[in-house]
Amino acid sequence: MSELLDIAIAAAKRALELGATGAECTIAEGEEFSASVRMREVENLKQAGSRGAGIRVLVDSLTGSSRTSDLSPQGIETMVRGAMDLARITTPDPHAGLPDPADLGKFQGDLGLYDDSISRMETEWKIAQAMKGEEVALSADARITNSEGASFDSYLGSRVFANSLGFAGEYRTSSCGLSVVPVAKQNGSMERDYWSSSARKASGLESPEEVGRRAAERALRRLNPRKVPTQKVPVIFEPRTARNLLGDLFDAVNGGAIYRHASFLAGKLGEKIASEALTVIDDATMPGLFGSSPFDDEGIASRRTVVIERGVLKSYLLNTYTARKLGLKTTANASRGLAGSAGVGPGNFYIEAGSRSEKDLIAGVRQGLYVTELIGASANTVTGDYSSGAAGLWIENGELAYPVSEITIAGNLKQMLMNLEQVASNLEFRSSIASPAVLIGEMTISGQ
Amino acid sequence: MGLSPSFFAAKFGITEHDLEGYLSEALSAGGDYADLYFEYLSTSSIGIDEGIVKSASESVTLGVGIRVIAGERTGYAYSDDLSPEKIRKAARVAALIAHGPATIVKTGFEESLKHNLYPMLKTPHEVGLAERVDLVKRADAAARAYDNRVFQVIANYADSVREVLMASSDGRLSFDRQPMARMGVAALAREVDGVPQQGYSGGGGRVTLDFFLNEKTPEHFAREAARQAIVQLSAVDAPAGESVVVLGPGWPGILLHEAVGHGLEADFNRKGVSAFSGRIGQQVASPLCTVIDDGTIAQFGGGSRRGSLNVDDEGVPTQKNVLIENGILRGYLQDTLSARLLKSASTGSGRRESYQHIPMPRMTNTYMLAGQSDPEEIIRSVPKGIYCATFGGGQVDITSGNFVFQATESYLIENGKLTRPVKGATLIGNGPEALKYVSMVGHDLQLDEGIGVCGKEGQSVPVGVGIPTVKIDKMTVGGTAA
Repeated sequence: MSELLDIAIAAAKRALELGATGAECTIAEGEEFSASVRMREVENLKQAGSRGAGIRVLVDSLTGSSRTSDLSPQGIETMVRGAMDLARITTPDPHAGLPDPADLGKFQGDLGLYDDSISRMETEWKIAQAMKGEEVALSADARITNSEGASFDSYLGSRVFANSLGFAGEYRTSSCGLSVVPVAKQNGSMERDYWSSSARKASGLESPEEVGRRAAERALRRLNPRKVPTQKVPVIFEPRTARNLLGDLFDAVNGGAIYRHASFLAGKLGEKIASEALTVIDDATMPGLFGSSPFDDEGIASRRTVVIERGVLKSYLLNTYTARKLGLKTTANASRGLAGSAGVGPGNFYIEAGSRSEKDLIAGVRQGLYVTELIGASANTVTGDYSSGAAGLWIENGELAYPVSEITIAGNLKQMLMNLEQVASNLEFRSSIASPAVLIGEMTISGQ
Repeated sequence: MGLSPSFFAAKFGITEHDLEGYLSEALSAGGDYADLYFEYLSTSSIGIDEGIVKSASESVTLGVGIRVIAGERTGYAYSDDLSPEKIRKAARVAALIAHGPATIVKTGFEESLKHNLYPMLKTPHEVGLAERVDLVKRADAAARAYDNRVFQVIANYADSVREVLMASSDGRLSFDRQPMARMGVAALAREVDGVPQQGYSGGGGRVTLDFFLNEKTPEHFAREAARQAIVQLSAVDAPAGESVVVLGPGWPGILLHEAVGHGLEADFNRKGVSAFSGRIGQQVASPLCTVIDDGTIAQFGGGSRRGSLNVDDEGVPTQKNVLIENGILRGYLQDTLSARLLKSASTGSGRRESYQHIPMPRMTNTYMLAGQSDPEEIIRSVPKGIYCATFGGGQVDITSGNFVFQATESYLIENGKLTRPVKGATLIGNGPEALKYVSMVGHDLQLDEGIGVCGKEGQSVPVGVGIPTVKIDKMTVGGTAA
């Protein structure tokens, strides 16, 4: 057991001595590194470590919390006393409390969240990866004349959690990432785009050549965009923008929005809310991925939850509190920083891949939009109203024809889910929310 | 002046001699410049939800960030432990950016002159916890009392004090104590068995709790949130396509922040990646437009605006910077690094989220000067268009110049009159073009209530915006109605 876990256990115990009826303590520690290069020169090098602790105490049905970066015995004592003082000013909440002891536990099995290869990376090697990525982009085409740079980041962290019911757990994580942001210019048109790759271990990264090449390709294909007329057409979200849309769906199945009636999916459990093409899963037990962990931020064992199955809403995503409010069981989706009551966060939240290629989806559209960028996407979780700035490629007769920008796309998530006609096969897990390309039958494009 | 008045001298025993030592360590492998940013941030927050004060929390974070600049290269390290060994270790890590013989640090510091924009009579810790509970309870009650269709209310109050000490290798020394307080209320309303709608209102600034007792009360924000939710109950679909757009005064100034502000930050222009790069002296807006970024706005409930600062996060006093004058692009927002590389002077615009972050050029309070037109006459001049009273957020792609902002409370203008409320919609335009279509500017300049958070490269900082009623002849509105 680590020194940090000992501190967390002691802090929870100290809260009980001071009169708490329950307590939970989170401590996180991390080391970050980032190197950025621009126009073939090193621009920034940053390296540092930090740690912090947070406690939440319960005095019957009153709750208080506090956090500190001072992990000395006095620092922890001040933190615990601070939380106790705050609990006394809150009002009783009959649903507040620690999880049911029977629910506490850890996923058994290796989740591959930590890999030693990250700690062994040399600074010079990391800088060289960023240099190479940018170089490939800069030399890809004469129209790539400038760059916002390339960066290589790495992170090593550990997280411990203990509560007064006897749960104590810890896990380490590692990650690294490479990103390239080239700028293309032609006839007064200037566009940038990016490509990035990240992984829990060094061998999981795409090569700098691949990242640089794709970044350049994406910036180039945006040059000299047109603004299309206002119209209603089918819209294909590529995986990067589909992920963004799926994030909006996450907000609508979040138990916090459900119990407040602040989601258009409140009260729809068991109903058909989307087309049969759509199956959505949340799974925090997939090895090596960014949304995985052995237990959630309340000490409940991670699991797989089917959220939408062939268009039918099967489950909300819940922590202990939202589950109690709704008379349901937690789905182990508690999420928090260091202090405060837990919110609800995703594990690996994804749309199950379909069988057709993305190219097939495009081939089936006569006139439509292929969205490669959403800017300022705003979904109203309460009503489902959706409106976002967009850029992408216009589809003509089943082929990507020319770039478009300075347009918006709008609709309502309720109808968009029902009109989600096709799901492509290109599912890749690049972050904790992941989606293949999806085709929505009709949305409103505002342009000229 | 000695270090005696400093919080860090008193609490951690840090002397000027120590600061010189850390800076020497930072420049031990050469470099042109080094600086230290000590920060001690204490925050507290409290929230009410479903009429229950469900949460109360507080935090303390402290640390030091150390930066070394060698040409265009920056080395950065930080420590959340203020012991001399840990600070020296961080200084040596930051020094890795340079390769050469040590640079000699100037001895002796000169304290930066600074404004006194937010004298604090009481620190938040002297104010009882009970007074904060009272604020959120009052907000909850007022929102529910506004209309019986309001059925859910969330209200939050948060305040903080940030103590900072900055020292640089060219002998600049600054201290500041920066308060911040903010209240926010969200309300949900519905007709019997109807679809719920939401409203949000919030505000604050570099003020303390007294501001919410005397100037802008919890009831003020609560009623506004409830009013917006009720208005939305009768909203129709927003139009799709190009339209005449009239922006109401205040928070719609986010247009300036997105359309021009970010594009004028010197780092993007130094690198030539902004749609505004190389355009100083050119016409980028209608001659009716003069746009200012001003970090010195005080006279606000005994404190100052959310974006105001006595000194920026590099220890340079903030100032009033003219960005666009009568439509002509005048200047960029500079931090010390960009100013050094562009052979210009810092405009007091170097900001960072915390000691863990490298400073960069940022906005403070960005607004357009008032014009001559009567706001009602502006609306009367529009046969068909949309009037936007309140916005959510916005975003910009500085390279193409395309920007968006989300209208959350808007009305159709039909034959010179505001008629039906419309649902939320995104508006999109192109930075260097959009303001050329400004055809009328009202005499009713207002600054926003104090809720702005600006994000750039992963760093969030508080900002303010402001604008008078403005008519824009052409902009694309992203609704669904044909």
